[in-house]
Amino acid sequence: MTASSDVGSAQPELLVPPMPKPAPHVSGPGRSSQLLTWLGVAPFFIFALLFLILPTGFLMVGAFQDPQGHVTLANFRDLLQPGVLDAYWISFKVSAASAIGGAVIGSLLAWAAVQGQLPAWIRPTLMTFSGVASNFAGVPLAFAFICTLGRVGLVTVLLKKYAGINLYSTGFSILSFSGLTLTYLYFQIPLMVLIVTPALDGLKREWREACDCLGGTSYQYWRYVALPVLWPSVLGAALLLFANSFGAVATAYALTGSSLNIVTILLYAQIRGDVLHNQNLGYALALGMILVTGLSNGGYIWLRARAERGRR
Amino acid sequence: MAFLEIENLHKSFGANTALHHFDMKIERGEFITFLGPSGCGKTTVLRMIAGFETPTRGVIRLDGRDVTHVRTRQRKVGMVFQSYALFPNMTVADNIGFGLRVAGRPQAEIRKRVDEMLELIKLPQVGERYPWQLSGGQQQRVALARALAGKPQVLLLDEPLSALDAKIRISLRQDIRALQRELGITSIFVTHDQEEALSISDRIVVMNEGRVEQIGTSSEIYNYPRTRFVASFVGTLNILSGHVVDPASGKMAIDGQELVTTQQLAPHDAGKKRLLALRPEAIVLEAPAAGRNSLAATVEEVNFLGSVVRIRARVKDAVISLDVFNDPTRRLPERGQPVALGFSHENLLVLEEGAA
Amino acid sequence: MKSQSRVGAWTAMVVGTLYFLIPLIATFEFSLRMRRDSYSFEAYSVVLTDPRFQASFGYSILMAVLTIVVGVLLVVPTAYWVRLRLPKLRPVVEFVTLLPLVIPAIVIVFGYLRIYNSSSILPLTGNERATDLLLVLGYVTLSLPYMYRAVDAGLASVDVRSLTEAAECLGANWPTILFKVIFPNIRSGILSGAFLTFAVVIGEFTLASLLDRPAFGPYLQLIGANRAYEPSALAIIAFVITWASMGLIQVFGSARGSARAAAGPKP
Repeated sequence: MTASSDVGSAQPELLVPPMPKPAPHVSGPGRSSQLLTWLGVAPFFIFALLFLILPTGFLMVGAFQDPQGHVTLANFRDLLQPGVLDAYWISFKVSAASAIGGAVIGSLLAWAAVQGQLPAWIRPTLMTFSGVASNFAGVPLAFAFICTLGRVGLVTVLLKKYAGINLYSTGFSILSFSGLTLTYLYFQIPLMVLIVTPALDGLKREWREACDCLGGTSYQYWRYVALPVLWPSVLGAALLLFANSFGAVATAYALTGSSLNIVTILLYAQIRGDVLHNQNLGYALALGMILVTGLSNGGYIWLRARAERGRR
Repeated sequence: MAFLEIENLHKSFGANTALHHFDMKIERGEFITFLGPSGCGKTTVLRMIAGFETPTRGVIRLDGRDVTHVRTRQRKVGMVFQSYALFPNMTVADNIGFGLRVAGRPQAEIRKRVDEMLELIKLPQVGERYPWQLSGGQQQRVALARALAGKPQVLLLDEPLSALDAKIRISLRQDIRALQRELGITSIFVTHDQEEALSISDRIVVMNEGRVEQIGTSSEIYNYPRTRFVASFVGTLNILSGHVVDPASGKMAIDGQELVTTQQLAPHDAGKKRLLALRPEAIVLEAPAAGRNSLAATVEEVNFLGSVVRIRARVKDAVISLDVFNDPTRRLPERGQPVALGFSHENLLVLEEGAA
Repeated sequence: MKSQSRVGAWTAMVVGTLYFLIPLIATFEFSLRMRRDSYSFEAYSVVLTDPRFQASFGYSILMAVLTIVVGVLLVVPTAYWVRLRLPKLRPVVEFVTLLPLVIPAIVIVFGYLRIYNSSSILPLTGNERATDLLLVLGYVTLSLPYMYRAVDAGLASVDVRSLTEAAECLGANWPTILFKVIFPNIRSGILSGAFLTFAVVIGEFTLASLLDRPAFGPYLQLIGANRAYEPSALAIIAFVITWASMGLIQVFGSARGSARAAAGPKP
């Protein structure tokens, strides 16, 4: 199930250029036709205004106001209260962990499929599966991991039965920070695979051959050529994963519920029941979220532009 | 013993044979071109000399040393690719100095060598720029510098000009040849462009479908092609079918008209059908003269192309092209007009049997 | 050296496969355990015959269909118009369609609740039907990036200007051009976008939950909180639906649209 609230970028190829080239401009005669032309895109912009820009803008403005409507920065000061700050910190940790984990494992898988000289059917299978798995987030994913690593989950039981390892006595629980991170990886890794594979394809075979001719070893190739070329893409993708994880709600709600205090759960509770007893603080919370996801996405786009620079 | 010896080289990819029995001896300092259409195997040979592919059979010897199974890294070959393959994350200077850097040479030496190379390729100012800031021609010159910086034994060029504009192609191929002469480095150049091959090579290897068709100098390949493939691939060629009248005196007949050729004919060829070839530039419109061949034909088409006028004339079921220089004072023949095509005995080529 | 990387690659693949398959296997195995001592599909039959399942699933399907219809009617003319008449506006439109990927859904629905509550000029949360409408519009917003991109790619692969001019010469008016000429030619792009929208809407939780609508997402969450075996059956059903949607995208996407879109506009 695509809980799109969880998978902000279900199709990463959306964020990979180039957009198809536009058709040449057809000039229209006269001013009335100009008006008509603008009228054609009016529905779209009215829709975007009403259901995307205004709601978000309202929240952003409200973050700078107090309940009486006066301009203030008090909400941002209140964001620093322990409960909220904790939530941001835990959200940050979960997002960073799943982003880094997803980035590393996803890159390895993508590399294995692209350059690992495996049978030809492995790559398309991995791509297809990644396409599906990157959309399989939200409540059903939480269920699946409870069935796997919950107290009576299959893996927990098998580990106890055949390897004598009592998972839960080590303090591990699926309903925790590490459990959530592990669950998030299920859609973060495929997302990484989908984003990074084109970048790996972009590693021209000739670079490796040129490096060989010039006397470079495998290590030297990776150190001086491949990794420098790849790191913007990989880092950018990691940022995307970070933003993706930061904004996820459904998986967390179904898995850890209100026991793990992350920003999205806090915001959810706030919207539902005003647990912060301050509407405007809720707005500030939302604004904080937008800043984080906005900066991460911005970073991704900038790094991607950098990576494209040397490409023809 | 030659500098680069290739013996009985064979390459198959599974059931598909890309190269049959390639044999060649290349002297130090020679500029050799492998010429042929796509898929003829020329790049395959190059890649085996570089070490990117291993031959299925055969031996490659470089300066006396058997390198057939030696890793590319240890062969000291310089390679220039069609797509330039410059490392995009490094400046031009870093690219050129890369080979020396991985060999652990001191910084000062690297810097000096890089400056030398930049002078050599006449781009002294671009050291700190990145590849994507340069034009295609400049990038290829940098790629050349990078390949030569480490003083390799052999320089390999895999269709280096194919991605460039026509004008740059012509000037850059001259530069490459000049550079090669100056450094005296043995070079192998792969291309499908016959004009390129003819203009800059010491010797050309014409290949087709994994086989060598002919090895020779530019002049030999062009003027004395041995097979129909070579004849038609290199330059335009008129091909006619005729038969041998008298092998001893070189008498041939096309459509009942008698012609003489100076090419060697075996005694048992008498009466046999053979393919004859005639270069367009070898033909003149002249009245039949003693000691020269003359073919009666009917003009089909006259095309004014500027400096040259191309005339197509028909001899029974073959159409012959000939080019005459543009001369406004001279009257050109008209369509349907009978003409006499004159050419020397030497210019009538007989193609090898089995070349049809 | 080559064989070393082979071993590494295989290891990565095997580990990856295990990580991705084990949860699915575990879930499936768990879902079969409803009846003690024997494997059965009891959990599935309980789920499928649950009237609440049928109601919420049906509701979500309806929402998905409405979202697709509204989305297509909004996006296709816009994308077409921008390509044809206002190419300079393209970056702006693109930016707008990418906003839902940056702004989390929870923030968007928060905004809705504040702006469109009973005390505003557009009281969309007042009654159930109005809230349903708001939900559909919210879903359209969430699926905007995917729908626009799929349609735009489809438009790129046909020469929109020539088709329009040819139709105009033959006397067609705008609606005719749009519905009889443009739509059929970007069918695979539309279908791609439609299936992706379907997958997005079917399991969506945040919007449905906060707007208090009886959709499939909240139902799943409720079942998870209260029952033991049914959630795993539902998870498997959900996975199958996701796989089917994605599979259909591949089928329709690669058939004409995306293959040609990848090749670029016709010369």
